[in-house]
Amino acid sequence: MDLPQLLAIRARRDFLRLCAGGLDMAALAHLLGASSAAADLPAGNPLAQRPPHFAPRAKNVIFLFMAGAPSQIDLYDPKPALRRWHGRSLPESMTRDLQLAFVKPGAKVLASPREFRPHGRSGLQFSDYIPHIASCADDICLVRSMHTEAFNHHPGQSLLMSGSVQLGRPTIGAWLSYGLGSESEDLPAFVVLSSGRGSSGGSSNWSNGFLDSTYQGVVFRSTGEPILYLKNPPGVSERTQRARLDAIRGLNRERYSATGDAEIASRIQSYELAFRMQAAAPGLLDFSDESQATLDLYGVGKEPTHPYATNCLLARRMVEKGVRFVMLAHASWDDHQEIDRKLGRNCAITDQPAGALLRDLKRRGLLDSTLVVWAGEFGRTPMGQLERVDEAAGRDHHASCFSAWVAGGGVRGGHVVGRTDELGLGIEKDPVHIHDLQATILHCLGLDHERLTYRHLGRDFRLTDVAGEVVDSMLA
Amino acid sequence: MAAQRWFTSLERCYRVNVRSVIGQQMSLGSVDPSDVELDGTSRHGRPAMTLWRALVLALVKPARHCHFSRLTGRRESLRRMSVGDKHGVRLARIVALAVLAAAPGASAPGDLESVAAVDFESQVAPVLESRCYACHGSTQQMSGLRLDSGEAALKGGHSGPVILPGNSEGSRLIQLVSGQVNGLAMPPAGERLSPTEVGLLRRWIDQGARWPEQPEPSAVRAGPRHQGHWAFRPVRRPSPPAVRGEAWVANAIDRFVFARLEREGVEPSPRAASETLVRRVSLDVTGLPPSPAQVEAFVADESPDAYERLVDGLLESPHYGERWAVQWLDLARYADTDGYEKDSERPYAWRWREWVIDALNDDKPFDQFTMEQIAGDVLPGATVEQVVATGFHRNGLKNREGGVKIEQFRFEETVDRTNTVGTVWLGLTVGCAQCHDHKYDPISQQEYYRLFAFFNALDEAEIEASLPGESGPYLRALPDYRERRRRLLESNRVYELQPAWEARMIEAADNPGKWTDWDHALDALQKYLDNGEGIVRKPPEDRSDRERAKLEDHFVKNYHRVITKQFREELGWDALRERLLRLRAQTPDITYARAVTEADPPRATHIHLRGAWNRTGLAVEPGTPAVLPPLDASGEHSRLALARWLVSPQNPLTARVTVNRIWQEYFGRGIVPAADDFGTRSAGPSHPDLLDWLAADFVAGGWRLKRLHKTIVMSSAYRQSSRTRPALAERDPDNLLLARQSRLRLPAEMIRDAALQVSGLLDPTVGGPSVRPPQPDGVADLAYAGSVDWDPSQGRDRYRRGLYTFLQRTVPYPQLANFDMPDRTAASCMRERSNTPLQALNLLNDQSFVEAAQALALRAVPEGGSGFERALERLFRLALSRRPRPGELAALLEYYRRQEAIFEAEQETAERFMPLDAPGLTASQAAAWTGVASVLLNLDEFITRE
Repeated sequence: MDLPQLLAIRARRDFLRLCAGGLDMAALAHLLGASSAAADLPAGNPLAQRPPHFAPRAKNVIFLFMAGAPSQIDLYDPKPALRRWHGRSLPESMTRDLQLAFVKPGAKVLASPREFRPHGRSGLQFSDYIPHIASCADDICLVRSMHTEAFNHHPGQSLLMSGSVQLGRPTIGAWLSYGLGSESEDLPAFVVLSSGRGSSGGSSNWSNGFLDSTYQGVVFRSTGEPILYLKNPPGVSERTQRARLDAIRGLNRERYSATGDAEIASRIQSYELAFRMQAAAPGLLDFSDESQATLDLYGVGKEPTHPYATNCLLARRMVEKGVRFVMLAHASWDDHQEIDRKLGRNCAITDQPAGALLRDLKRRGLLDSTLVVWAGEFGRTPMGQLERVDEAAGRDHHASCFSAWVAGGGVRGGHVVGRTDELGLGIEKDPVHIHDLQATILHCLGLDHERLTYRHLGRDFRLTDVAGEVVDSMLA
Repeated sequence: MAAQRWFTSLERCYRVNVRSVIGQQMSLGSVDPSDVELDGTSRHGRPAMTLWRALVLALVKPARHCHFSRLTGRRESLRRMSVGDKHGVRLARIVALAVLAAAPGASAPGDLESVAAVDFESQVAPVLESRCYACHGSTQQMSGLRLDSGEAALKGGHSGPVILPGNSEGSRLIQLVSGQVNGLAMPPAGERLSPTEVGLLRRWIDQGARWPEQPEPSAVRAGPRHQGHWAFRPVRRPSPPAVRGEAWVANAIDRFVFARLEREGVEPSPRAASETLVRRVSLDVTGLPPSPAQVEAFVADESPDAYERLVDGLLESPHYGERWAVQWLDLARYADTDGYEKDSERPYAWRWREWVIDALNDDKPFDQFTMEQIAGDVLPGATVEQVVATGFHRNGLKNREGGVKIEQFRFEETVDRTNTVGTVWLGLTVGCAQCHDHKYDPISQQEYYRLFAFFNALDEAEIEASLPGESGPYLRALPDYRERRRRLLESNRVYELQPAWEARMIEAADNPGKWTDWDHALDALQKYLDNGEGIVRKPPEDRSDRERAKLEDHFVKNYHRVITKQFREELGWDALRERLLRLRAQTPDITYARAVTEADPPRATHIHLRGAWNRTGLAVEPGTPAVLPPLDASGEHSRLALARWLVSPQNPLTARVTVNRIWQEYFGRGIVPAADDFGTRSAGPSHPDLLDWLAADFVAGGWRLKRLHKTIVMSSAYRQSSRTRPALAERDPDNLLLARQSRLRLPAEMIRDAALQVSGLLDPTVGGPSVRPPQPDGVADLAYAGSVDWDPSQGRDRYRRGLYTFLQRTVPYPQLANFDMPDRTAASCMRERSNTPLQALNLLNDQSFVEAAQALALRAVPEGGSGFERALERLFRLALSRRPRPGELAALLEYYRRQEAIFEAEQETAERFMPLDAPGLTASQAAAWTGVASVLLNLDEFITRE
C-alpha cells in the first residue's frame, strides 16, 4: 500500500472518529494538513454536537407529520353530542365567527360514524379507525386542545413546522440540528421521509430558512437510490471515489489558504459528509438484519401499509444511528369529500406502522430518549361540506381546535391535555397553541425555546416567534 | 422590607388595595391561603420579584403579533411564568386578575347603575379615546372602522356596523370588548376593558347609542405618519463626497464607499488579479466563464481602457440577456407548468421568456420594460411584442383541480398578481394587508384592494405571436390542414353531435347543481379551456378559428364525461384524438403567447373581509397607497396609469428597489439587505446616499440597465480583491463597509452553464422553447399520480444553458433545486447560497457532470497524452481561468498517477469511466484524466465567483 492510499484510509477513519463527537479542529487541521501546507481551518463544524440548555428528556424526535389536516372528530376527540345535530345546521350564534375555508356557517352537522372506546389502563378514548395507535394509549399524551390561526394548508403547515405563516423561516428539524448538532457521523441530522402525495408545503416544510443550509432536511427516497446521486458514477469504485475526494479536499484547502473564505471549510465538510452518506445510507434500507416478526409488526411488505411501514422502520433505524430529527410526511388528509372512506384509507396505511413504531422503540429501550409526535396542521369542522350528510360528505378546515399527540421522550403517557366543547367548535380548557407544542418539544430536548435564537436581519428569531409556553401538564 | 415596597408600589400604580383583594379572593375559596405568605413570597421562597414580573408581564405583554390573539394576553403571560413555581404563578395570577378587575374606573358595577343614563362625553368618550382611538381614530382606521365620529362609528367598518343602537347584545363592539369572538378580541393587545367599562358601553348602546352633535373631524389618513420613512421620501441625487484617496476613485460609487471607509478608518482592498477580474466580470455579466483566449488577451492588454473594452464587449454579448433574465424570471415566478396537482404544461410560457431576453439584450429602458409588462395590451397601438410582455401576469400558479371554484381561484390569482407587482416594483410586501390592517404597516387593507382593483380588471388571453420564419409555411399549409381536419371531424360525427353538447353546457351553466355530471363537464370546460364558457356562449360565427378549433378539441377529448362507455367505444374518439394530434404535429404552426386583456364588462372590486374570496365588504376604486405620490389617472386606462405611476420620476421606490437588486448580484448583498422589504420595518440601507445616487443616476440616464451595470462594474469597489483580511473579518464580518469584494457561489443555472462551457459541450443558442436535459429515473415519478412525463431532449438540446431547462414546478430539475433555484411560487428577490452534501453528491456523481468531465479531459489533453504539465495547465485555464500553482500541480500529478495505476489494474472500470472515444489515449489514461477534470469541476473555486 503506497503512502497516499494509507493516508486516505487513515483520513477516512479519522474523520469517522472525529465526527462522532464534536469535531476537534486541531485534529482536523492536522488531518487536512497531511497533504498540503499547514494553515488552520476556521473552527466550528456546524454539525458538531452542542450541549443543551438543561438536562434533556429526549435526544431524538420522530415527527409523524399528517399533512392536510386529519379529522380529530373521527379519530381522537369523540363528540357524541353531534348525533343530536346530525343533518341540521347549528344556530348562527354558535357559528357566526368561525373561520371557515370553504363551507358556510350554516352547513349541516356531520356526526362521526366512528365508534370510540377507552383503551389501556388510562382509558384514553380513540376511534375504531386507529386500533394500533390506541393500543399504545398508556404511552400517549393526547392533546385535544390544539389550536392555530392558519386555516389554509400551506400557511398552516408553515406555522406548524417553522412557527410562522410566512415562508422562509427555519423549520423545527433545522432548529434542533442547529441547537444540538448531529449525533450521527455519516447521516444528516435532519432527514425527511415521505409517503402518499406531496404535501402542500413541499420542501418549505423542511427548509433551513435563514440558517446555514447544513441544517436543511435531506429527503430520503424509499425506492431507487435513497438519496439522489448517491451512487458513484459507472467505473468509480469506493477507492477511486475516495482518491477523488482527497484530491478535491487538498485543492480546496489550498484555496482556503489563498482566500481565507470560511465557506470553503464548509464545502470540505459537506464533501466528507457526502462520502460518508454514500457508505451509510444504502445500509439503512437493507432490512435483512430485521426479523420477520419486526417486519410484520410494522407491516413491511404488506398492502396498504408497506410504504409507510418502511418509513417508520427507517425512522427507528435512523434514530438508532443518531439522526436527530426524522420527519415522516404523509399526505394528504385533506378530506373535503368522502371523509369516512378516505380517512379509513389513510388510517389503514398509517395506523399499524405508527403503533408498531411506538412498540418497537419501547421494547428496544429507545422510547425514553425518542420523542414521537403525531400532528397535522389543523383540524376539521364538525359540519360537513356537502349538502348531503352521507358517505359523500367531508369536513372543512378547522383551526380553532384539533388533536395531536406525543409519546416517549419524557412526556406523560396515558394522559389527555385540554378539552373542547361538546360540539367540537372550540376549546373549553387548557388551549395549546402550535407555539406551545413547539416550545414543549424543544423543552423535552433540553432547549429553552426563548434562548434558542438566531440573529437575522437585525432581529433575534426563534422557532416560537414571540410566543409559546412549555405545557407542563404534558411532561412526565 | 422589599415585599412591603412592592405592595406599596403596586398600590401606588393602581390605586387599589392589593392585600385586601388577595384577601377577598382567598375568602371566596379560589386559593388556599397557605399558598401565600403576606410578605409577597410564595412558601417556596421565590422572591417577590417573580410575582412582580408576572404582574408586569400580565399587564404589558402584548399578545401575538397578529390581532387574532388566541387568548387574552393576561392568561397567556401568566402561563409564561417560570416552570416549577406554580404557587408563585398562582398568586401572581390572582393579584393580576384582582388588579385588572379593580383598575381604572374605580367603582364596582352595581344594579342601581344599570338604569342610570350614561353620559357620552364624560363616560363613554374617555373609554373609546383611551382604548380604541389608537387604531380606530383620526390617524388610523383599522378594518375601516373609525370611532371618533358619530357618523363613522355608526356606519361601522369593512364588515358592517359594529354598534346597533338599542341592542348591545348584538353589537359586535360589545362582543369583541367583552369576550372573544373566534379568537378575535379587542383591544388585540394589552389590557382588556374592565367589566365597568364594558358595562358602560353596553348601557350606552342599549340607551340608543346617542352621539352628541360635533363638528366632523378632519379626514386624516394613515399615510402621513409613514411619509418620513426613508424609502418613501423622494429620491434626491446626492453629490458624491470628496475623499482623501482620490487615486482609488474610478467613479462616483467609489466616493460614497470610500468616504464611509475613511470615516471608519478602514482601507479598501487592492484590485483583484487580472485573471480573477476577467472571470468575475464575465460570470457576473454573461453568466459564463471566459475562454482561455479571452483571459490571456485581457491579462496581456496593458492599455488603460482594457477593462472598459472588456466590459463593453460583455454587455454586448447576447449571453448578457440570458444571465440577467434569470433574475427577472425569479421575480416573475416563471415556470413552464401550472403547479398544483396535475401540474400541466404551459406550452408557450417560454415565449414571454424570449421577450425578456430580447428586451434585456436590446437594453429596452426599464420604464418601457415595466410599462409593457404591466399594461402592454392597452398601450396605444400596442404591438404583438408589447402584448407578449403582459405574459408577466400569467406566470403565477394555476389550479385546474376539479372542484376549485373558478371565482375563488381568480381571486387568488389576482392576489398573487397584486403581491408580485408590490414586491417586484415597490419592494413592499403589500400582501400583509390582504386580510386586515396592521397598525404599523404603511398600507391599509383598503389600499391593498385599491391596488388589487387594477388586476381584478384583467382577463387571460392567448395571442398569435409568431416568430420570424414561422408565418409563411404556416399560412401556406393552412388551407390543406383545415380541409383535412374538417374531413376528419365530419366523418367522426363531431359536427353532428357538438351543437347539442354545447346547448347542454349552457343549460348546466345556467342551472348549477341540477345535473351533477353536466356540472363536472362544465367545470372541465372552464378549467382546461381558457374562457371555455365564454366561447360556448358565443354564436359559432363569432368565434375565432382558434377558439373554434380549441373547442372542438376539448369536445372530442372530454365528451366521455357525459356519455355511456358503450357509445364512447362506438364513436372511437380516442383514435380520432390521436389522428388530430398527429395531423397538427405534421403541419407547420406558429408560436402563441400567454397574455392578458381587459375584462369586458369591467369587474367591480370590493374589500375582501379577512382576505376571504367570498366575503366582500365596501366597494373600492383602483388607486395607489397614500404614502406614495398620487396617481395621475387623467383620462387614461387605469392599468396603464398604474404602469406610468410605477416608473414616474416621483415614485421613490421603483428605481431604488431596482438598482438595489442589481447591486445585490454584484456584491452578494444589497445596499438594502432585504431586497424584498423596503417597508417601515426594513433594516435600511448601509449606504443611503449611494443608493439614492444610483437610483437618481439610473432615472436620469433614461432607465438604461446596461448603463447601470457598467457603472457598477467600472467602480474600484467592484474591482477589489475578495480575499478576506483578518483584521477586517473581526471588524466587519458581513462586509457591510465594502472594504473588499465577496466570493459568491454561482447561481444554480450558471453552475450547469460553466460545466458545459468549459467542457465545450454547451449549445450556445439563445432563446427558444424549454428543453428537458436527462435527469435520474424516478424524479418525475414523485409528481402527482404519474402526471409528469420527462422525455429527455435529444441532440444539442441536452446541452442548453440552465435557464432553458423545462421548469416543472412539482418536480423541478434536481440539480437546479439542489443549488437553490427558488421554487417560483412567488416573486423571489434573493437566492440562498447553501452548501450541502447533496450538492457534493450532485457534482461528484450526476451523469451530466461526469459527461462534462469526460469532455473537458478530451478537450485539454492532447492526443497521445504527452506532457502532463502542459495538459494540466490547459485544464486549469479552461476550468478556472488561471494557471496551476506548483503545489496544485504536484498534488494532481500524484492523483493522476494513482488513478492511472488503479485503472490500469481495473481495465473494466476504466472503460466505464473514460469518454466513449479518446483517440490516442489508453483506457486508463483517459479514465485518469477524466478523474482530474472531475476534480476541477468539483472545486469550490469552480462554482464560485471570486
